[in-house]
Amino acid sequence: MTNLNYNTAELVCIMSARFLEDGKIVFGGAGMPLISCILAQKMHAPRLTILFEGGVIGPQVEIGKMPPSTNEQRAARRANMLLSITDILLLQQRGYVDYGFLGGAQIDQYGNLNSSFIGDADNPKVRLPGTGGANDIASLASKILVAMHHEKKRFVAKVDFITTPGYLHGGDSREKAGLTVGGTYKVITHLGIFGFDEESRRMRLETLHPGATVEEVKERTGFELLIPKKIQYTKPPTEEELRLLRELDPDQRYTRPKEE
Amino acid sequence: MMKPYRELRETIDQKDRGLREKVMSLKEAVGLIQDGDQIAAGGCHYSRTPMAVIWEMIRQKKKDLVYCRSITSTEGDLLLVAGATKHVITSWFSPGVTWGVSRVMRHYTEKKLAVFEEWSHMTLGLRFRAGAMGIPFLPARSMLGSDIFPRLSDIKEMSCPYTGDKLALIPALNPEVAILHTQRCDPYGNVQSEGLPFMDQDIALAANKVIVTTERIISNEQVRRSPDHTKIPFFCVDAVVEVPFGCLPHECYGEYEPDFQHMDFYVKLMMGKGPEGVKEYLDKFVFGPESWNDYLEMTGFKNILQAMVMGRRVYND
Repeated sequence: MTNLNYNTAELVCIMSARFLEDGKIVFGGAGMPLISCILAQKMHAPRLTILFEGGVIGPQVEIGKMPPSTNEQRAARRANMLLSITDILLLQQRGYVDYGFLGGAQIDQYGNLNSSFIGDADNPKVRLPGTGGANDIASLASKILVAMHHEKKRFVAKVDFITTPGYLHGGDSREKAGLTVGGTYKVITHLGIFGFDEESRRMRLETLHPGATVEEVKERTGFELLIPKKIQYTKPPTEEELRLLRELDPDQRYTRPKEE
Repeated sequence: MMKPYRELRETIDQKDRGLREKVMSLKEAVGLIQDGDQIAAGGCHYSRTPMAVIWEMIRQKKKDLVYCRSITSTEGDLLLVAGATKHVITSWFSPGVTWGVSRVMRHYTEKKLAVFEEWSHMTLGLRFRAGAMGIPFLPARSMLGSDIFPRLSDIKEMSCPYTGDKLALIPALNPEVAILHTQRCDPYGNVQSEGLPFMDQDIALAANKVIVTTERIISNEQVRRSPDHTKIPFFCVDAVVEVPFGCLPHECYGEYEPDFQHMDFYVKLMMGKGPEGVKEYLDKFVFGPESWNDYLEMTGFKNILQAMVMGRRVYND
């Protein structure tokens, strides 16, 4: 164990970065996902290529000048190529994109995400900004990583609205709907790493982060998780991971601890 | 909603597609837009937004427009509160991730005062692409299985006649008018662009009319020295308007970054007071000034200079 101090957002960021392998291609969103991607490049994946929905292939984003959106000039810095939005998203349909990296307001036990409506879509409590490219990414990229703060109101049995398809209603429903590839690969929260059962496609706990407990995970999850008999633990963040992360986001614009 | 193919062809057929000058004032150009038109805006989010045209549309009290854009930022709030549109077709609608969810978008959609027709980013792009290609739809492998799909009235699913794969059929979108902003354009409408292309080319080819605002008008001789930079051919374009800083407070690649101070000021007003705050903004910054240049002056020279210095950094990096 370690005595390093880190907040929950930093923990999620570091744990997510570890899943991004060298030589692969990742579709990164603005904010935390982007920081994770760059952290992965600096740690273990120097040949990881980042794509942005705005039409950017392989940018070198300036440290301390993170683009607040992936559809703008700063996001295009020192890229290999700038493409139209339609064409960059179509690269996924052809099969070039290994990882999609997403967040959302809600996730459910089958890894579906909602970023459209809280409450009934016809009479919403909150109208959220919408899918952007998330629906396309989750339909077409080979593996989807989801990074989220672990809260009961966000981890629900059934999302109010499937903006972004995971395994839909479980089993083979994703394939049957016509989504023959991809699916939610890992969900990374401040408590642990979660995957999906190969048959039922229900979410399961894979590893707990140091200090987290199964009880806390259960308490903060609005559905029944699959819990392994023997609990494994994630390796804690290293000093180097934390140092690099804080260099990338010195003002904690994107890695501020989550308010609840 | 889909326009008949023959009608689309006839509209083009009736245009004078010869090399001719199309330079006009902002007022004249926006005069080409009719109430009720389906308008597609180029750029994306707060980048290369044809803001001066939107500003003038509001001043001319256009109404019942259907506003289509890949990602909609603050200009969507302005159009809703001004009553220019009650129907926005987009994939994402808010000022930007760091500024939170638009209170105006929420007000208008949650109170059912306006429709936010949500498409995924790629499929909205495919709608313009199909429109540009002169075909009624393009198949795609996204949107399937989602709850977005059944809420849309004009999307269908089919089995591929070759493979049996399930596909979503994405209908063409041929807007009445495309409004685009670029860095350079000649008097004939040869549009040269730098940086992120977004969906501008497909939008221009899909539309019946195209209005281009440009940071600067360049000569046709200049265009001919670098024809590879021309992204939209002159015969698609109906109006060319020179509007320096025509995207502010949004950005234009290589020219200026967003005026972040003005954006922060706007968002604070909009999030604090909702539609009332935006009404105040419209009165002051849209209906107040005599001209676009007067509006720019109101936003402040120092702000613009700062945005410009940041924007030009792409040429010294």
